Amino acid sequence: MSEKLIVKTMEEFMAEGKQPEILFWVGSAGSYDDRAKKISRAFVKILNKANVDFAVLGPEESNTGDVAKRAGNEFLFQMQAMMNIEVLNGYEIKRIVTCDPHSFNTLKNEYPSLGGNYDVIHHTQYIKELMDSGRLSLEGKTYKEKRITFHDPCYLGRANSVYDAPRDILKKTNANIVEMKRHKKTALCCGAGGAQMFKEPEKGDMDINVMRTKDALETNPNIIATGCPYCNTMMTDGIKAHEKEDSVTVLDVAELIANSI
Amino acid sequence: MTAYIPNILFAILLTLGIGFFIKNVKKLSRNIKLGRDVDVSDNKTQRWKNMARIALGQTKMVVRPIAGLLHIIVYVGFIIINIEVLEIIIDGLLGTHRIFAPLGSVYDFLIGSFEILAFLVVVSVVVFWLRRNAIRLKRFIKPEMEGWPKKDGNLILYIELVLMALFLTMNAADFQLQQLGAEHYVQAGAFPVSQYIAGLFEGLSASTLIIIERAAWWLHILGILAFLNYLYYSKHLHILLAFPNTYYGRLKPQGAFSNVESVTKEVKLMMDPSADPFAATDDSEAEPEKFGASDVMDLNWVQLLNAYTCTECGRCTSECPANQTGKKLSPRKIMMDTRDRLEEVGKNIDANKGDFVPDGKQLLDDYISREELWACTTCNACVEACPVSIDPLSIIVEMRRFLVMEQSAAPTELNNMMSNIENNGAPWPYNQMDRLNWVNE
Repeated sequence: MSEKLIVKTMEEFMAEGKQPEILFWVGSAGSYDDRAKKISRAFVKILNKANVDFAVLGPEESNTGDVAKRAGNEFLFQMQAMMNIEVLNGYEIKRIVTCDPHSFNTLKNEYPSLGGNYDVIHHTQYIKELMDSGRLSLEGKTYKEKRITFHDPCYLGRANSVYDAPRDILKKTNANIVEMKRHKKTALCCGAGGAQMFKEPEKGDMDINVMRTKDALETNPNIIATGCPYCNTMMTDGIKAHEKEDSVTVLDVAELIANSI
Repeated sequence: MTAYIPNILFAILLTLGIGFFIKNVKKLSRNIKLGRDVDVSDNKTQRWKNMARIALGQTKMVVRPIAGLLHIIVYVGFIIINIEVLEIIIDGLLGTHRIFAPLGSVYDFLIGSFEILAFLVVVSVVVFWLRRNAIRLKRFIKPEMEGWPKKDGNLILYIELVLMALFLTMNAADFQLQQLGAEHYVQAGAFPVSQYIAGLFEGLSASTLIIIERAAWWLHILGILAFLNYLYYSKHLHILLAFPNTYYGRLKPQGAFSNVESVTKEVKLMMDPSADPFAATDDSEAEPEKFGASDVMDLNWVQLLNAYTCTECGRCTSECPANQTGKKLSPRKIMMDTRDRLEEVGKNIDANKGDFVPDGKQLLDDYISREELWACTTCNACVEACPVSIDPLSIIVEMRRFLVMEQSAAPTELNNMMSNIENNGAPWPYNQMDRLNWVNE
């Protein structure tokens, strides 16, 4: 994607004396991880296409503290949370959208009792909203008749019961959506949660992502869709472990939509 | 006077049986109260609904249809047959026989349905036994099930089988006595199942039949009292505790972890530029609260109630991604360890006249290893799988909190990740000023 993206910071909005419709919380992965950056760009392409007046925090955004909290470092989590809340409340942010289910969960469920109350939604929910209100429509040719299976991110699915939004918008691509045996409430984790992303796994007889990609490959897909930058990495590695990287791709729902506009 | 000996004996045994049970319930409640306080007074309507739906309605049991259906049979059987136990207790105390018999056709219907249920319970219990011992379902043969837990599981099935057999034998002998027109044995009840057992008693004299009937009657009620008292020593407490446990279960989304309030206080103080770090704190804060949990007393009382409620079905463990890929972590073991340690602490308190004397042991390391704790992906599959709203994940996180905040004992890679967040606001060593570079790449 080499086309020019239009991204304004909150600071710029402030200078113009305006408020954005929504704040895009990019998250640490979306800001720095090479694979996840592409997801951020794809999502912005969608936002631009739908003429959404959105803002990012840019250098004023800091890690949500989610991963520190799951690792047991409540101090670091609350430090991060309170810093972010100060910034968010300073800008009087009302609504937040993010491509990272971990940020989504933390901002939505764990910030309120620390003084941060926002309407937080996942990007798949926001895309659905844009489609439902007629602000975004797809050509729906790119993935026509492709087999796509959706891997539920734990912090979107089980943790927050968001199962339909990603599936609803995937259907709009005219792809053939196939479900893994374990999906929605019983979906197997990709193996990255609970700070596992940042450490070697404990001794065992298999890696969790390899097991989960096996679930996905059993549906015989062309594409494994995810809604989480960490799941994306884990599933991509899993595909490599099964030596299927030539026939199966892992894409975020935002990328599938951006490619279908 | 001697005519009343059975009644008196019955009353004594009943009092002893129930009294001993109450004594253990008190102990149970004291042990649970060793946990930290937690506010669960909110949203009572939703809590009652959850209890009705999950415990009474068994909605999460049927997620696995075979085990779910068999369990519902045993559960319904257990509750309904208790109406019969009520009659037995009244008969025992008053020296009557089948005191509810005047209910007529209603009574026939009741006894008839008890019999059918009892038969179905027998079938279910046999299938349960086969699943544990012949089919050997994976979740029943995990390492934490070796020894007592396995025996306990089977013992419960044997007791249930014997109780049902005694109930049906009692009815069969009664039916035969009714046929013979024996004195004292009123013509009452319907015996759709035990009439077939009665065939075995063909040709026995009335006095022999009375001995069989009385023996089965006494053994049945004594068995029930014994089973009631066995509960405390087994995993089977769930038949009672599933109700409060689902009532006090989580209401927030599964992803919402608790925010530690004592940490909030300190962080606010640190971030407040006007706060005086040397200002005198009030006495209640003299001793800083321990962060996280290294022993059962550091957990909250709902987590301890969870531990007593666990019936070791292993649905959590069979859904756990870490366990499925051969890691040591088993959410069921987390619950079993918590309970075992809590029992140990309880016995220590009993032995030391009400005070806990440090025994050089704790939940961390002596029961739950660090390897188990660090293998968790916090994916909530265990929480979702539990049919009675147990939350093993919250205990794992509480123990990680102790490791990280009290001992700085996180794995090295995680320490690196955390110092990156501290220094530059991301889990990787990138400059915070570069947060927007992705736009133009």
